[in-house]
Amino acid sequence: MEFGFTTAAYVVAAVLFILSLGGLSGQESAKRAVWYGIVGMALAVFATLVGPGAGLWFLSLLLIAAGGAIGYVVATRVQMTEMPQLVAAMHSLVGLAAVFVGLIAHIELGRVLGMDHATRETLDGFAGLLAHKSAVEINILRVELFLGVFIGAVTFTGSVVAYGKLAGKLSSNASKLPGGHMLNAGAAALSLICLIWYFNTGGFFPLFIMTLAALFIGYHLIMGIGGADMPVVVSMLNSYSGWAAAAIGFSLGNDLLIVVGALVGSSGAILSYIMCKAMNRSFVSVILGGFGGTTGPAMEVEGEQVAIDADGVATALNEADSVIIVPGYGMAVAQAQAAVSELTNKLRGKGKNVRFAIHPVAGRLPGHMNVLLAEAKVPYDIVMEMDEINEDFPETDVVIVIGSNDIVNPAAQEDPNSPIAGMPVLEVWKAKQVFVSKRGQGTGYSGIENPLFYKENTRMFYGDAKDSVNALLPKID
Amino acid sequence: MKIGVPKELFEGEARVALTPDSAKQLQKLGYDCLIETGAGALAGFADKDYNDAGVEVVKTAAALWKAADIVAKVRQPNEAELKRLTKGKTLISFFNPAANDAGMEAAKSKGANVIAMEMVPRISRAQKMDALSSMANIAGYRAVIEASNNFGRFFTGQITAAGKVPPAKVLVVGAGVAGLAAIGTSTSLGAITYAFDVRPEVAEQVESMGAEFVYLDFEEEQADGAATGGYASVSSPEFREAQLAKFRELAPEVDIVITTALIPNREAPELWTEDMVSAMKPGSVIVDLAAEKGGNCKLTVMDEKIVTENGVTIIGYTDFPSRMAAQASTLYATNIRHMMTDLTPEKDGQINHDMEDDVIRGATVTYAGEITFPPPPPKIAAIAAKPKEAVKELTPEEKRAEEVAAFKKQTKNQVTLLAVGGALLLAVGLVAPASFMQHFIVFVLSVFIGFQVIWGVAHSLHTPLMAVTNAISSIIILGALMQIGSGSFLVILLAALSVFMAGINIFGGFLVTRRMLAMFQKS
Repeated sequence: MEFGFTTAAYVVAAVLFILSLGGLSGQESAKRAVWYGIVGMALAVFATLVGPGAGLWFLSLLLIAAGGAIGYVVATRVQMTEMPQLVAAMHSLVGLAAVFVGLIAHIELGRVLGMDHATRETLDGFAGLLAHKSAVEINILRVELFLGVFIGAVTFTGSVVAYGKLAGKLSSNASKLPGGHMLNAGAAALSLICLIWYFNTGGFFPLFIMTLAALFIGYHLIMGIGGADMPVVVSMLNSYSGWAAAAIGFSLGNDLLIVVGALVGSSGAILSYIMCKAMNRSFVSVILGGFGGTTGPAMEVEGEQVAIDADGVATALNEADSVIIVPGYGMAVAQAQAAVSELTNKLRGKGKNVRFAIHPVAGRLPGHMNVLLAEAKVPYDIVMEMDEINEDFPETDVVIVIGSNDIVNPAAQEDPNSPIAGMPVLEVWKAKQVFVSKRGQGTGYSGIENPLFYKENTRMFYGDAKDSVNALLPKID
Repeated sequence: MKIGVPKELFEGEARVALTPDSAKQLQKLGYDCLIETGAGALAGFADKDYNDAGVEVVKTAAALWKAADIVAKVRQPNEAELKRLTKGKTLISFFNPAANDAGMEAAKSKGANVIAMEMVPRISRAQKMDALSSMANIAGYRAVIEASNNFGRFFTGQITAAGKVPPAKVLVVGAGVAGLAAIGTSTSLGAITYAFDVRPEVAEQVESMGAEFVYLDFEEEQADGAATGGYASVSSPEFREAQLAKFRELAPEVDIVITTALIPNREAPELWTEDMVSAMKPGSVIVDLAAEKGGNCKLTVMDEKIVTENGVTIIGYTDFPSRMAAQASTLYATNIRHMMTDLTPEKDGQINHDMEDDVIRGATVTYAGEITFPPPPPKIAAIAAKPKEAVKELTPEEKRAEEVAAFKKQTKNQVTLLAVGGALLLAVGLVAPASFMQHFIVFVLSVFIGFQVIWGVAHSLHTPLMAVTNAISSIIILGALMQIGSGSFLVILLAALSVFMAGINIFGGFLVTRRMLAMFQKS
């Protein structure tokens, strides 16, 4: 098939991909948008298979089918609470694929450069593409594929570590090797030296060293970031996998790869930015791990945590007209979303105004809570963002906080010395009554004391979130 | 241990410190309860009710005082009762320690521990045992009822076939617990209610109860009520003058005045002077809840009801809670029960008199042969929050200037960014070959489109967005597909692996996105 056809197919695919992302602006259009993405991808693969440069298409189809089967099984079996680790795992695949593709480009480049002029003319496919490059272009190609491999490798190990942390296979604490960020900086400097070396010689060795260094950076960087910052990490890795694809696209001269890579890269970057803003922290401070330095002793927390039992909560709920539920990671851990949904139905059945307030960084993935609630069949039009609902708390009778901590911490506003000072939070304490469902006393992921628990209108509803909510259900009448 | 409740000896006192309900709760704490026969009769609790609740009814006071380890009662104990204290016994009662040195000495010499209910500190944790508040609540309610009883007209305004009835006007002076209860009762009876307090911060509470707060045209920094434990403090002479002038203005209008102004450990301030009384209409009623401390009106006679020459009734009863003995006993018994709960953290029926605890320490006046009154200030101070610093209002000009400055800054940022970006691009263009620049244009435009499109994505769809971008980032498969047919075995192997992994990702990513999106449902 002609080159022109492939290019035309790529243009169509690129448009479809853009529409697919744009369609995610609303829940209804999103359902259509996925299909745009699927068709775009199918078209792109088809056009590449029949276009110039591809070979072994039977093997390719077979492999895609095999991979697809695995993907199908994984996608249908995965629990919605496991979404963060699934996304992380998938990023690692893209990263690794980018490393491989970059390495192939290097091998092929070496092979083609070794040939004399006459044989070069006879080449077709990818080798043929390489053969027609001028000396400057080859140098640029080297930089591009070097970058592709570097980003791909960082993405790969980073995602594997993120997967481990999210799946609970690794401790979610921030841990660094002795030397801390100096090791990362050293590895980055080494990579830079390798780039210059590789640029001049084109040998495999510097590429190899750099790959190892990049793998180390990915591992060590993400190990040093704590569990609460995972939303930023995952979206950052998402961004990286896009930039890796774009870099590879440059080295292969494939515009569609560049377009899609850039789309994904900017998408991840924006998500990271939104997450950072929601935590009032700079991107750099999240990536460098740990919470920003405190400027003084934290404010003394006064009062005591007052516990309450299910009867008390149920009575308050029965009397309330408006209820807001604030879910957090604890709800996902306890798998309480179905019980919460049932509670919501019961309360709504009695004509109460029940809504959900979602903080941008609730959970371990951007939008994590929304997906969990959707899975439990909570209608999305009662699930509100922080900015939409924050002003409604003073008129609310009852707020139930389920498994969230830092995102409802009044210290962010009241205590300028708090590590989270200035972070936008849900102002639940302004409601008439607040119930906090929590496993026990103690601080959350970030280890910051939460004065909310000591407020006069706060009652602590201790226990596993799922059991607690289930205990409430028969008492709501 | 055993908790015993004797019959109150004070004349006319009808309350009792134990009810059958509170006895059941005390038994859950591990205590045995005793009661003197007939102790609850005046409050409407028969001996049989106590018996049914598992309380042992004891024939005489002497036997009860002997058997009980803890004695709970309402009124300040008299001499005979104090003599019955022995070493290690705990007495929980009103004690009036500020004016009862003899009582404290007696208790000290006997080695008994005395907890004075009026000394429970006013912190939120201790509200459940704050008997002063629970009794004041009853007094406030009853004050209105007594006033109504002595007032010849309706409280509420009515227009009937037999003529028009104007609503009564009620002034409540002092918006503490009793004052607020009086306001609530009075407004619910339909009267037009005014309220005054020296602490301007209670205006909100007064208004929330449906009364109108009487403001003075007077500028003075009032001591913050929170600093004095929520009680009023003494005001300056100028302030007092302004206050009296206001009352003088109101006196001819109002039908009923209920005064509740008390300052801790002081004579009650005179707020309703004789000339105000004489300015009032005949048939008006004054209820002076401060009668015990000399009264807010100097004409008040303690424990009596008098009628002045111009026909104004002044009620100076001090036993309002006792006049509602059933209700008062229920609340007081609950206060006692909560006190016992705090004294029995282990719920094992043994008193743990923890002198480190703010509440228990504050209320204890004698302990282990020592007088521990007055208590040190509680460790937890604040009741009310600090007043918010007023946010300075910006003038329109300042706002405008701010907007202009913000706009200028934004423009400057954007132009700088564009200039730097453009310069960098041009620099790249100088050295890079044409083929690279073509791809580069595509790249820059795509990033641009990406930024524009992604900002529009709904917050709630961020997880599906990640899954979808994940799926389409497997576009890397194109690279592998292009390479797979070219060259050596190693190339084929690596390319094949890439295709395989990307395949997983494509299918997995799209399917999982679809699964998620299908779950989002409208209600």
